Amino acid sequence: MQLLEYAIRGIPTGCVFALLAVGLVLTYKTSGVFNLAYAGQAYVSAIVYYELRKELEWPLVAAGVVSILVVAPLIGLLLERVLFRYLRSAGSMAKLVTSLGLLIAIPEIAKLVFGSETRKNPPPLWWVRRTDEWLWPEGATFVLDAGQVATIVSTLVVVVGLVILFRSTNLGLRMRAVVESPRLAELSGVDSERVSMAAWMLSSVLAGLAGVLIAPLFASLNPFDLFTLLVAALAATVFGGLSSIPLTFVGGILLGVLQAVLAGTLPTDSVLTNGLRPSLPFVVLFLLLLFRPGLRSTRELVDPLATVDAPPPPPVVRARPQWVATSARVFGVVVSLVALLVSWFALDQYWLGLAISGLVLSVTMMSLIVVVGMGGMLSLCQAALAAIGAFALAQVVEASGAPVVVGLVVGILVAAAVGALLAVPVVRLDGVYLALATLAFALMFQSIFVPLSWVSGGAVPISVPRPVIGPLDLSDDRYFLVFVVVCVIATALVVIRLREGTTGRFLQALQTSDVAAASIGIDGPRARVVAFTIAAGIAGFGGGLAAIDLGQASYEASFPYIIGLVWVALLVSAGARSIQAAVLSGLFFFLFPALLDKLFAFPGNWVETNPDAPSWVASIADTIQPTWAQSVAFILFGIGAITYAKHPEGSIEAQTTASVNALVRRVEARNAAREPARVGGPGTGGTTP
Amino acid sequence: MTVPVLELDHVDAAYGPFRALFDVSLRVDPGEAVALVGANGAGKSTIARVASGLLPPTSGSVLVDGADLSGQAPFRYARAGIAHAPEGRSTFASLTVTENLELAFRSARPKRDVAADLTEAFTLFPKLGERREQLAGTLSGGEQRMLALARVLVLRPRLLVADELSLGLAPIVTADVYRVLGRVRDAGTALLVVEQHLDHALALADRVVVLQQGEVTFDGPPEQLGDLSTTVLLPAGSPSRADPTDAAATDAAATDGGAT
Repeated sequence: MQLLEYAIRGIPTGCVFALLAVGLVLTYKTSGVFNLAYAGQAYVSAIVYYELRKELEWPLVAAGVVSILVVAPLIGLLLERVLFRYLRSAGSMAKLVTSLGLLIAIPEIAKLVFGSETRKNPPPLWWVRRTDEWLWPEGATFVLDAGQVATIVSTLVVVVGLVILFRSTNLGLRMRAVVESPRLAELSGVDSERVSMAAWMLSSVLAGLAGVLIAPLFASLNPFDLFTLLVAALAATVFGGLSSIPLTFVGGILLGVLQAVLAGTLPTDSVLTNGLRPSLPFVVLFLLLLFRPGLRSTRELVDPLATVDAPPPPPVVRARPQWVATSARVFGVVVSLVALLVSWFALDQYWLGLAISGLVLSVTMMSLIVVVGMGGMLSLCQAALAAIGAFALAQVVEASGAPVVVGLVVGILVAAAVGALLAVPVVRLDGVYLALATLAFALMFQSIFVPLSWVSGGAVPISVPRPVIGPLDLSDDRYFLVFVVVCVIATALVVIRLREGTTGRFLQALQTSDVAAASIGIDGPRARVVAFTIAAGIAGFGGGLAAIDLGQASYEASFPYIIGLVWVALLVSAGARSIQAAVLSGLFFFLFPALLDKLFAFPGNWVETNPDAPSWVASIADTIQPTWAQSVAFILFGIGAITYAKHPEGSIEAQTTASVNALVRRVEARNAAREPARVGGPGTGGTTP
Repeated sequence: MTVPVLELDHVDAAYGPFRALFDVSLRVDPGEAVALVGANGAGKSTIARVASGLLPPTSGSVLVDGADLSGQAPFRYARAGIAHAPEGRSTFASLTVTENLELAFRSARPKRDVAADLTEAFTLFPKLGERREQLAGTLSGGEQRMLALARVLVLRPRLLVADELSLGLAPIVTADVYRVLGRVRDAGTALLVVEQHLDHALALADRVVVLQQGEVTFDGPPEQLGDLSTTVLLPAGSPSRADPTDAAATDAAATDGGAT
């Protein structure tokens, strides 16, 4: 009986999971995009509702209609028109990376538009100002508040509505046809463009509804809380096999009930309870991904008419003449040396510190090169693996007083071991599912392990001293810079060794075609496990260096999972295969926001020092806020990831290829002019069908 | 002079940087059956795609019943009466047999009685009726072709563009498919049949168009094809193609024009 009561208490939470999960399934079914940006869209509607209802004190219906039925579909329409219509026949990986970029960019754009101040106590979608002002039924032992009633009612309406949409309406049928193949649907007389727009608008309305309904669960409005909840709801999505709306609903309710029952029955103070309760959805998601029958065999349906498009650029870097490769290498070394000398002599403490942090991050970025660029696995848990390296280092150094450098090695080994354990089950999953499993792992790590004192040291981060190597005391930033540069070069050599070696070749073959690789005897899972493990070790190294750089192993400061997502977006947009992209994106991550900060602060400072400045300058100074820097930087990082679909090789690589090709052409033209006897070189283009 | 149901007027087409069609002109009159033959990579499927709007021409125009539809979305072609069964899979694998049919019937203009259409389709193809709740992706290759053709037989479009319907089918099933194509023609639908099996195509066709390396090199009745029929399917650069004495004089000139 007691158990039943706990179970009933879980239903409102279950409805929250179900609502989010059902919306994701709808988006996936109607657009083929596993839309992580769903949380961002939800956040925008929640902000609009907050501003209208709480700041401007609009009536409930008006505020609800504008935020959910006007703003949300417009966002959906915009995303479809400017972005996803061009990705209809792109692979699921490109779509996932695009949605990752949007997830990062959308909330920051919303902050720019609506202001970035904290929004406390979001109002419920009910005729009261606070959720607990209306309880039902009054005076009972178990009551529902306004927010919960609104959520339950909305969830039921949405689920029934969607089931009807897909079972028995023309639009539902068309949406399913268009997502399989927009062109085949056109041949049946369906206006795919319109159907696709309708699908995005509908899914965006659901995202907006979810955002407005769920916002009051949190003390203040924050996109990352929404995203974490969304990842929790993914368990229900996977339960429904990414296609069945009723099953997804059942999965959401089950998840809520299970959570409530566990909360009621487990002893309140045990480690198990404290860790398991918040992390239950992530554990369930992880296990479902690994063990749900049928999930692994659901192949992506390929659009039979995809060949109408011109073929995408090949992801593999084309071979270049030897002289180009050599001179590029020399150029790179010269530029790096000059940069190092400038940093040593010219940079002040602030910029030097940022440059060091950037170089340290580039080590972790190189782990992404191994796992994402070479392995073709979109791992979203490299930040967690870096944190493991940092924690191992800190614990070893604190417990045994071992030298920090020994701690670094221990960090690498521990992270690699964890990575290997994780890789064995995970590498068997396909693209999107692998990304979700690693994301689930990152959140499990955050909610179960980070709070434990034997992992992170508890609430106060363990401090890590800078090592002293021989006569060099690395607490001097300039010596530390040199140490970090040596570490970066060492890591780069490892990555290059791996890339040019057997495993690298295997991975390249696997990226081109799993089946073809298997048919010549390549053990795909084994090569992927090796890559994942080495990447984990590199991430652990990067994490350890970050801890040394900061002086402590702090999860909050260095490794939150959401920052890890930004790293992925940034690296993928710079180029997921090249060492220089890793180094540049690491530096960029720290230096770019700082530069923007200086830029945005400049007008204000200038007006302060020049009191007689003209009024229009002052007004510019008033509008431009230094707080914009972070937002603008993140928006650009996010937009960078969106370009992945067009340039899978990365923007840096695309630029380099273009300019190198131009250079090679010019040199060849000059050589040809010198030897007029040899007429008619290689033909340019043919009539390949 | 009758208005052709489909007319390609000096059409060029390309996939990105790769040009696939060079100045192709082609017409299909109402009720006429035209066979489009040529070697691998000659551009047959490209013509089919241009004819149904999937691939907009880079220059030239596509007229359906005299109306210029160049550059319009493919669904406009479908509603104007062009049905296209593309090469390979031409049904929705994730929809059931009934849903596949319903999608086409409901999207047709002017509006139709969908229930009556479904009954008709299942009467014409009892096998599909037995599998009406089955996902189309689980049907055999021949059944999938029948599903695509059932749609066409019921809707009676102006023109069916049939792209390599025999691809991957057993000879006996191919014969079945061509029997149904004959019924489609008898129902008044014009045909543009892309085919590598010459005997099937020529038996059905009123007219043959030969395509070589993206250019039309022969357009006339099957009887006039003559010895060219032994060489049209050979890819560019084959030994027998290089020897023009094999072919009839007039046709050989056309062949050379295509090969250079």
